[in-house]
Amino acid sequence: MDELKGDRQVSEELKEVNLQLPAIPEAIAALKPGNIVFLSGFVYTAREGVYDRILNDGGELPAGLTELSNVNFHCSPAASPQEDGSYAVGGVTATASFRFSKYMAQWLDLTQTKIVIGKGGMSKLDYETVFAPRGAIYLTTVGYGTGALLGRGVKGVKDVHWIDELGIAQAMWLFEVDKFGPFIVDSDLDGNSLFAQQGDLVNQNVEALYDGLKKPTLHRYGETDDRKDELM
Amino acid sequence: MISTELIETAGYEIMKKAAIDIPEDYLDGIKATQKQEQNTLSGYVIKTMIDNYEAATEDRRPMCADTGLPRYYVKIGDNAPLRGGFTGIERALRSATARATADVPLRPNRVHPLWRTEHNNNVGINAPEIEWSFEPDVDWVDVTTVHKGGLFGTDYRMLFPGDGIDGIKRFFLDTMISFGKRGLCCQPAIVGIGIGGSKDTCMQLGKQAACLRSVGEPNPDLKIAELEQELMEMGNNIGMGPMGFVGSSMVVDCHIEVGYTHTGGMPVSVHTFCLSSRRATARLHADGSIEYRTDPKWFTPYMRRETVEWTS
Repeated sequence: MDELKGDRQVSEELKEVNLQLPAIPEAIAALKPGNIVFLSGFVYTAREGVYDRILNDGGELPAGLTELSNVNFHCSPAASPQEDGSYAVGGVTATASFRFSKYMAQWLDLTQTKIVIGKGGMSKLDYETVFAPRGAIYLTTVGYGTGALLGRGVKGVKDVHWIDELGIAQAMWLFEVDKFGPFIVDSDLDGNSLFAQQGDLVNQNVEALYDGLKKPTLHRYGETDDRKDELM
Repeated sequence: MISTELIETAGYEIMKKAAIDIPEDYLDGIKATQKQEQNTLSGYVIKTMIDNYEAATEDRRPMCADTGLPRYYVKIGDNAPLRGGFTGIERALRSATARATADVPLRPNRVHPLWRTEHNNNVGINAPEIEWSFEPDVDWVDVTTVHKGGLFGTDYRMLFPGDGIDGIKRFFLDTMISFGKRGLCCQPAIVGIGIGGSKDTCMQLGKQAACLRSVGEPNPDLKIAELEQELMEMGNNIGMGPMGFVGSSMVVDCHIEVGYTHTGGMPVSVHTFCLSSRRATARLHADGSIEYRTDPKWFTPYMRRETVEWTS
């Protein structure tokens, strides 16, 4: 996507991409695991509180959401209501996404969301069977505590839904963002996953780390899924 | 005089400082791991985190939006002229927490564990926690706040004397590898290890070791200090960096604290204080002045006393 304005090669191996939202299919298709991404446009937050409300309790999506934004951020902002009714947004940080796996297929279908942002990615199986077939990809936040950098990218709160019912952390926030990032592309439209690739590389060395360490006196809870196993 | 009003002023200030300004010792530690890091992706993550610390301090906004579970550690000198009583201190720190949550702003994280109801101010039943300790022959009060994430990166295991140091290494590796994958424990981290005590003190010691000692400050027991160094190197040789990417940056420092334990056991806990290691301390002097710092100085010789009598 070299034709996209502002793209640049950060280093020999890292490419930086500026994406205008709502993201178009061609721009999403061009993203590869390990690319660095900044977003401009509208991003909404939704996690288990919102998912349950809409998918399980018969709630309705806010009017116009799907036209305005196709980016779902697994996030709870540090935000505080002001006297004039607006909200001050301090830091913005993602929450671990794998917990929301069970909602994603239905949610992507309902909202036509094409980019999911969060912490730590989802399973490769989710990418292959849920995300890629729906033209959706996953971006991970960096670090993961880049609350101040992401907070800078939030230009304003366009809307907030169900704040009384769900609280600040679980409410649906609609943020207007500018050069919001950085994020790293985890999954692409082929179902590849950066986390899976990196995890495989790390795993190659793991057994050797235990070489020479003697066996434990007792086994422990958690080393087995067989409830009939003894500790001894 | 150290009044509850003074405690509240200090509590409010350290809540802000902890949330916004990365402690200098941790920043130095991160920069040292950055120098060793050869992997491009891992190096990019660390560079971005350093940018984030700078942005937080410049903008006066929290470095991480996950407030963790904000809590306090209070150390009271035997001769401190308190006014307002101990429950006054607890009330003042609750009030400081609620006000800082609204003003910084901090994310209100604290909810009822069953009903998930909240007061939007990080205050509730048993929250924020306040741990107390005492110090002989001084007239000040130290108040430290720690904001530490709460979901991943901590584990506990009952080992046995026969497991020895190998058992500790095995458990340490298990914890770092399992929580390091995808960066769930937000490494590179200060790793705190509690060894001994009863199960609850073992957890408590490990948590305090992670959160209440400065990077670069070894345990005064030389053999324990050697083990700290060995475990740190072991962690950084796993082959993993931030976010679980290939790299060498897992452990910024390793701190071990011990407590006398049951003759038949060796309980061990491992805790990780994350890339946004948030702590700040205020010393309230008898004349009503307040000094702020980032080193909690929690583990005094008195805290680590060995027997019935002690010299301070």
